Amino acid sequence: MKQIFMDYANATPCDSRVLEAMLPYFIEKFGNPSSHIITKGNEALSALDNSRKIVADFIGAKFEEIIFTSGATEANNLALKGYAFANQHRGKHIITTEIEHFSITSPLRTLERLFGFEVTYLPVDSFGFVSPDELKKSLRNETILVSIQLANNEIGTVQDLKELISVVKENSSAVFHSDATAGCGFIDINVSELNIDLLTLSPTSLYGPKGVGALFVKNGLVLQPLIEGGFQEGGLRSGTENLPAIVGFAKACELGKIEMSDRCNYLKPLRNRLWEGIEKNIDFVHFTGHPEKRLPNNVSFWIEFAEGESLLLMLNYMGVMASSGSACSSNLRGKSEDDLVASPVLTAIGVPKDICTGSLTFSLGMSNTIEEIDYVLQIFPGIVNRLWQMSPFYLDKIKGHTPKLTKVDK
Amino acid sequence: MADAQGPYSPKVMEHFLNPKNMGEIPDASGIGEVGNPSCGDVMRLYLKINENEIIEDAKFMTFGCGAAIASSSMVTEMIKGKTIEEALKVTNETVAEALGGLPPSKIHCSVLAQQAIEAAIKDYREKKAKK
Repeated sequence: MKQIFMDYANATPCDSRVLEAMLPYFIEKFGNPSSHIITKGNEALSALDNSRKIVADFIGAKFEEIIFTSGATEANNLALKGYAFANQHRGKHIITTEIEHFSITSPLRTLERLFGFEVTYLPVDSFGFVSPDELKKSLRNETILVSIQLANNEIGTVQDLKELISVVKENSSAVFHSDATAGCGFIDINVSELNIDLLTLSPTSLYGPKGVGALFVKNGLVLQPLIEGGFQEGGLRSGTENLPAIVGFAKACELGKIEMSDRCNYLKPLRNRLWEGIEKNIDFVHFTGHPEKRLPNNVSFWIEFAEGESLLLMLNYMGVMASSGSACSSNLRGKSEDDLVASPVLTAIGVPKDICTGSLTFSLGMSNTIEEIDYVLQIFPGIVNRLWQMSPFYLDKIKGHTPKLTKVDK
Repeated sequence: MADAQGPYSPKVMEHFLNPKNMGEIPDASGIGEVGNPSCGDVMRLYLKINENEIIEDAKFMTFGCGAAIASSSMVTEMIKGKTIEEALKVTNETVAEALGGLPPSKIHCSVLAQQAIEAAIKDYREKKAKK
């Protein structure tokens, strides 16, 4: 059975050149950068410095503005909690959107619940765009921080960050953070052109390793560290650096910078072929996200009368791996049904909340081929049809009556 | 604990991929339709019950995840040929057990199956009382 991976939004394999760059730092160059008086440590410190320089160059930042973390989740936590804790004397209002990743919304909920902050969650339109006017209206004197993602990994929509940042800068003294995790593999980022203050990066979309990320912190900003106990990363992130992963991250950025437009040019036609094929061959499909201002590798949609987890399982059985935002597929490792939550992104863009929708995201990568797209297009209508044949909703649709639930006394 | 099979047991996957008794019974003696608000699953169970109150046929239509479809399929197999009294003794535990277990977050799918039997038999009794 062939295996076709189309879930690159959630994981990319390491590029072999990235792995090659990392390997010496496991056995041969294993030193601790903090012990840089001795040769092994110094060797490690130069690799760390060199990596920091490359990651800084990747987004047009300065060397000392890059803080390595254990991943994008930690970088988002550091940006939000770290900035909020250190600057709460200036105000306790933060603005974000309804379509952020849980690593943005969860720390913000904690700031609200335990630390007396107030957070505004900006709605988005049906494409997933934040309105600059809404943003402007929600700014207050006590707003200290605005956090809006660059791109959405589920529906693919890319925000006009430049405009949103200028709205904030022109109308307030708040700083601007962006989670660029989903977009940084496809969109050229320059922090000084954007005039942004905090930015989260990770090699997830760059064919780099897991377990590493970075936060860009503009010179002059004060953050409270969340992990303490050493002097690493300018005191902002203690703990011995994960050097092999950091070296791999840097290599992934270096390659990403050079190959970004080639990658986009490769992925876009594949993406369009998949999109058009689905549009042409399957009824009751609703595409999500903006048709043009979207990630070049993302096709996302939901299908009426079929449920997301079932679609995923059948696709997987046929060797095709995708992802879904349906509640049923959300947290299979959870302890109870209470752990199942439909994607807030889908509800924010207006996908009906009361039914467990057949949402699917295909996110393509550099190893996908036209043949693979055509294979998916060949098997997918049959899979959808099979689930429709089981669905009482589809039956009702055909027969034109509405379903009624029978109440059962417990 | 994850295993190479994915989140579900081989039995769940078997019933999900090749469900038994899928479809409608147009002249059903009783129809039970139940839903789960947390997940959005809806299970509709059709029963054909004879004069001796034996379930001659059972079919289902389900909108939902793999566990919901497999539970539906399993429950139709379990109650076919049983009297309605026997069928009412089928519990969510026996459905889940017959499926080789379900992940904790999916236990509610087997609960749905039990409720569907109850709802379908309730509907049958109501229809019978009206006659």
